[in-house]
Amino acid sequence: MARGHHDIGGLPGAGKIDQTEHELSDWEILADAVNQALGANGIKRTDEMRRAREEMDSAAYRDMTYYERWIASIESILIEKKILTKEEIDRKLAEFESKWGEP
Amino acid sequence: MGRAVKLPASKFKAGDRVRVKFEDRPGHIRTPWYIRGKTGWIERVHGDFLNPESLAFGGDGLPKRTLYLVAFNQSDVWGKAVGSKDKVLVDIYEHWLSPAV
Amino acid sequence: MSEGHDTDQDHGHQHPKHELSYYAKRIYAIRDLLLEKGVITDKDIQCQVEYQEARSPANGAKLVARAWIDPAFKARLIGDPKPACAEMGIDATSINEFVVLENTEKVRHMVVCTLCSCYPRPILGRPPDWYKSFNYRQRAVNDPRGVMREFGLGLSDDVAVRIHDSTADIRYLVLPLRPKGTEGLSETQLAKLVTRDSMIGVMDALPALPPS
Repeated sequence: MARGHHDIGGLPGAGKIDQTEHELSDWEILADAVNQALGANGIKRTDEMRRAREEMDSAAYRDMTYYERWIASIESILIEKKILTKEEIDRKLAEFESKWGEP
Repeated sequence: MGRAVKLPASKFKAGDRVRVKFEDRPGHIRTPWYIRGKTGWIERVHGDFLNPESLAFGGDGLPKRTLYLVAFNQSDVWGKAVGSKDKVLVDIYEHWLSPAV
Repeated sequence: MSEGHDTDQDHGHQHPKHELSYYAKRIYAIRDLLLEKGVITDKDIQCQVEYQEARSPANGAKLVARAWIDPAFKARLIGDPKPACAEMGIDATSINEFVVLENTEKVRHMVVCTLCSCYPRPILGRPPDWYKSFNYRQRAVNDPRGVMREFGLGLSDDVAVRIHDSTADIRYLVLPLRPKGTEGLSETQLAKLVTRDSMIGVMDALPALPPS
């Protein structure tokens, strides 16, 4: 077993803290709200979401933004609980892309 | 710092010296790596809470575990004179703590 | 590497654009499917958006300003924070356990969640990006004084720093020290000195403005 990629208190090599802040994009606000709504409805527990982020690929954990990690863990838990499947999310995404005219 | 819960069943009380177990096991663990194996003291008995290690895998989190605020001298944790009066305080579940002398 | 950056702007990071918009699109797909299946409703989502919008550091500033001028309220806030919040019209009921950490001349507190980003959201709203950053999560526990210096707070050795790692269900709010020379200020004026960052503990409250 190794120290989890999330378990970073005291690790060396951290630099200056970037104090710039950003306005949340609509998709980030939505990710936040969907996460909270799933919790309020008893669909998932906060610790399940944390565990999903701990189980994520370590490089992805470092590279993804905060809300991207939330979305990845929301998806992972919903699939684990058999509420959604990856295929239907992919299909819905393909529908959006054709509707939105993505290149 | 405010009311502490008096639980007759809790193993430790404020002032007790404790050592954080050094375990390296899989699962969803809320005891940070940097504090494992370190010795400190109980600052506050927070009360009983559902066990996150069980909740993380769809369990019901029962039986509840007593959660403690455990204080450590920074110099003991990081092995150097990091501000002689400074402390690091971590919320740790009872099953991660052993009595220390 | 900073995180939480706005994916619609080019910050010169190495992320290919399609990787960012993949997740942005994905949450919309997930949302639509959840609505279709009745797992959550539009109202559920809207409720959460509104709940979050109603929460901001202004809530915490109100509590602190009241605590500064009313010693009995301060005692209630420290002794049993949730009912004290309710007195001020602040709903802290969704916090499992809430602890208020009082700063003094000789003691400063600072709060981090090294394992993720636990934060007293029902009081202060969403945490700032820097609180959730890897650099803060790594350095807060072994270099709190260095972090405080970056935020403009230099402390002498006779002040003790207590860094709290909120690893469980406890949510912490720092009650910053009342700045000197503020005896004549109203509660509203005092609240303006209480910054979000002073309630996380990386800095003190703002000093009183000099008389003009």
